[in-house]
Amino acid sequence: MSEQKIDGFELKPGFKGMASDTGSDQTMFKGVHWGKAMMWIFLLSDTFVFSCFLISYMKGRGSTLVDWPNTSEVFSLHVGSVPVPLLLIAIMTFVLITSSGTMALAVKYGYEKNRKMCGWLILATAVGGLTFVGMQVFEWSKLIHEGVRPWGNPFGASQFGSFFFMITGFHGFHVSIGVIFLFIYTYKVFAGHYESKKRGWFTKMKGDYVEIEILGLYWHFVDLVWVFIFAFFYLW
Amino acid sequence: MSDEYDNNKSYQAQSSEVMDGSAGSINPDIDYVRPAEVGEQDLYHGHSFIEKWIFCQDAKVIGVQYFLTAVFTGIVGLILSWLMRLQLGFPGLAGFMTAEHYYQFVTMHGMIMVVYFLTALFLGGFGNYLIPLMVGARDMVFPYVNMLSFWMFFVAVAVLMASFFVPGGPTGAGWTLYPPQTILEGTPGSGMGILLMLISLSLFVIGFTMGGLNYMITILQARTRGMTLMRMPLTVWGIFTATVLAMLAFPALLVSAIMMTLDKVLQTSFFMPTILKAGEVLEYGGGSPILFQHLFWFFGHPEVYIVALPAFGIVSDLISVHARKNIFGYRMMVWAIVGIGGLSFFVWAHHMYVSGMNPWFGFFFATTTLIIAVPTAMKVYNWILTLWRGNIRINTVMLWCLGFIVTFVNGGITGIFLGNVSVDVPLSDTYFVIAHFHMVMGIAPLMVIMGAVYHWFPLVAGKMLHEGLGKWHFWITFLGAYSIYFPMHYLGFIGVPRRYFEMYDSPYMTSAVGMNEFISIAAFIVGAAQFILVFNIIKTLKTGKKAEKNPWKANSLEWYTSTVPPEHGNFGERLPVVHRWPYDFSVPGAKDDFIPQTTAPSEVIHTEVEKT
Repeated sequence: MSEQKIDGFELKPGFKGMASDTGSDQTMFKGVHWGKAMMWIFLLSDTFVFSCFLISYMKGRGSTLVDWPNTSEVFSLHVGSVPVPLLLIAIMTFVLITSSGTMALAVKYGYEKNRKMCGWLILATAVGGLTFVGMQVFEWSKLIHEGVRPWGNPFGASQFGSFFFMITGFHGFHVSIGVIFLFIYTYKVFAGHYESKKRGWFTKMKGDYVEIEILGLYWHFVDLVWVFIFAFFYLW
Repeated sequence: MSDEYDNNKSYQAQSSEVMDGSAGSINPDIDYVRPAEVGEQDLYHGHSFIEKWIFCQDAKVIGVQYFLTAVFTGIVGLILSWLMRLQLGFPGLAGFMTAEHYYQFVTMHGMIMVVYFLTALFLGGFGNYLIPLMVGARDMVFPYVNMLSFWMFFVAVAVLMASFFVPGGPTGAGWTLYPPQTILEGTPGSGMGILLMLISLSLFVIGFTMGGLNYMITILQARTRGMTLMRMPLTVWGIFTATVLAMLAFPALLVSAIMMTLDKVLQTSFFMPTILKAGEVLEYGGGSPILFQHLFWFFGHPEVYIVALPAFGIVSDLISVHARKNIFGYRMMVWAIVGIGGLSFFVWAHHMYVSGMNPWFGFFFATTTLIIAVPTAMKVYNWILTLWRGNIRINTVMLWCLGFIVTFVNGGITGIFLGNVSVDVPLSDTYFVIAHFHMVMGIAPLMVIMGAVYHWFPLVAGKMLHEGLGKWHFWITFLGAYSIYFPMHYLGFIGVPRRYFEMYDSPYMTSAVGMNEFISIAAFIVGAAQFILVFNIIKTLKTGKKAEKNPWKANSLEWYTSTVPPEHGNFGERLPVVHRWPYDFSVPGAKDDFIPQTTAPSEVIHTEVEKT
């Protein structure tokens, strides 16, 4: 890594650099925006939330008396009359991962002050997220139609429905919150709030394109969590 | 013998340096502090009464709001404890008291005191008020989120209090809320009561997360020029580490609350095993009650240190200021706080020895638990060594600090008993446990809170609390608290179980009756004595002596604001620049017995100050 400068301070690379940053005054993470540091720490806390959920799921699945439902049958989708396991989930995962890509591009164009491209890409991300939530609604309604309930299901252990609805629901809630904020920031970028230094509606603070990166951090995190949920629910 | 100590040259601390201005040519770099990295904070000043005092974004006002709300819940908890002691000391005297009521009071007393009183008071109250002032920031870094944090806490308290008024009353499952009994019929408050409790806890976690992010980022990213991490007052270190613990431990509480809510509302079976009730099989089946215990105590044990670490930090500062001596082993104190925080995540199952576990599992958790005694003991030694040969002022603040050290050592030693599996199993669920945790995480942190109130009241209100009343308050509380909890150790040893509504004619009662009456009377007096402080505050606000600026002659930044009490923005035109730690007391060669953090090295030539 080459030597970096932030506001005139030389940043040394490696562990020595980390030690000297930690030992210095004012900031621990040199040149890192307050909001960005906040989002990282919030995500660390959120990681613990999802870890608790997934560990509880592993414990619950490991200790049921009745067999767990065969997931490749329960989650399969019929194309014509052929059941294709994991088809819907594959599409959902693809959409969500793609939206992560558009989000990363939005961040890039934001920092280049390319307002239009940034706005369109955030909008694309929001639409991707919305599609994901829509497909999740479809999946939930399909399972509910087949008789899966939080308190029981015809395929096996009752905890299957409990954990499935709770964890995918909690993740879906995260995605939905993200989509709402993506739409808000689409508006803010297209309306040029960052150029005109308009103050926020509630916080009364001036914004900056770094907010797009902060939103991006959240969005990538939600994607990453989905990868784990995908692995633990659909592949196990 | 004392003569040799007068020759201070032979007793210089190793890290001290003599500030040397040799032959008039002062090294121009001696006062150098790196330029500001971050621009001035954009502050929103309130314009109306509502924006200035109710929905206020100033961390100091939010801190006071947190403090008052937490004290309100604390008084509710105190009244509940009176009702419990009334029943235990004089069974049947309170006619309305049924066993159900008793369990509800036990539960609410525990939950209120641990979560809504102590946690909110230390982190929300002292954290909000002191962090920005002590690190030299204008405000918390996200003032709006900070305001939301308080109002979320306020709603959580309102929901909790609402549970007293719903059909069935508040939950009576014990503050640990163990399933399956918590949500089964027959437990008091198993309907609306437990639901409101779970909702309130979830709201508390959400609100706390907003505040916690503020505390952490303010400390990490918004310190003033010259304020390195190792120049922060230990108060800030304690609150910071406690916040980190809370950010990582509260998720487990949130998850267990969500899962139990679903068990209650949707009849899922996360925690509910197959249950036979009156010959009928309930609809539950296949869940794991032990899973709840693991989740709860993964939150619950760090929670103990969320309360204790800020107390450790604050008491270190109070002792140092009022003994006019630098804190002994500052870096050791910092690493002890961090170490205790880290270890606290690996000890949770010592609350579950009687739940049934693999002996090796118990062995592991007993070992980690006992290891915590090492950094904790280091801290106690350091407090005592700070006092040693200090210029101690026996004022109210110092009395509370000394009271803290005594009660904390006492409660800590019984903790070593209970950390061992073989000793814990017979003592489990007796009054010995009650005595232990009330000493170590009830009375000890409370002593620090009281000391901190007497110490910082002149800063917050600009007036000095009355010393005489303060001493009465201390001595009644200290002696009274010992009268309450010391006999409880004995009750535990003879096997009196806790959480029992009444002992009836059990064999314990021959020796326990008189003691229970004595404890109850002491509890009434100690509880009433707390209103001396309320009276003192009201009297002081009306007619109290006006405090001079920096009345305790302390070094840390909160006493060097442009006005007292500090206004929004804290430091006036220019932020302070820090050159040293906040513990330069009684420095040999210095003009006064204290050197403020803002004093430049060139102003203290020929003194032996610590290298920080």
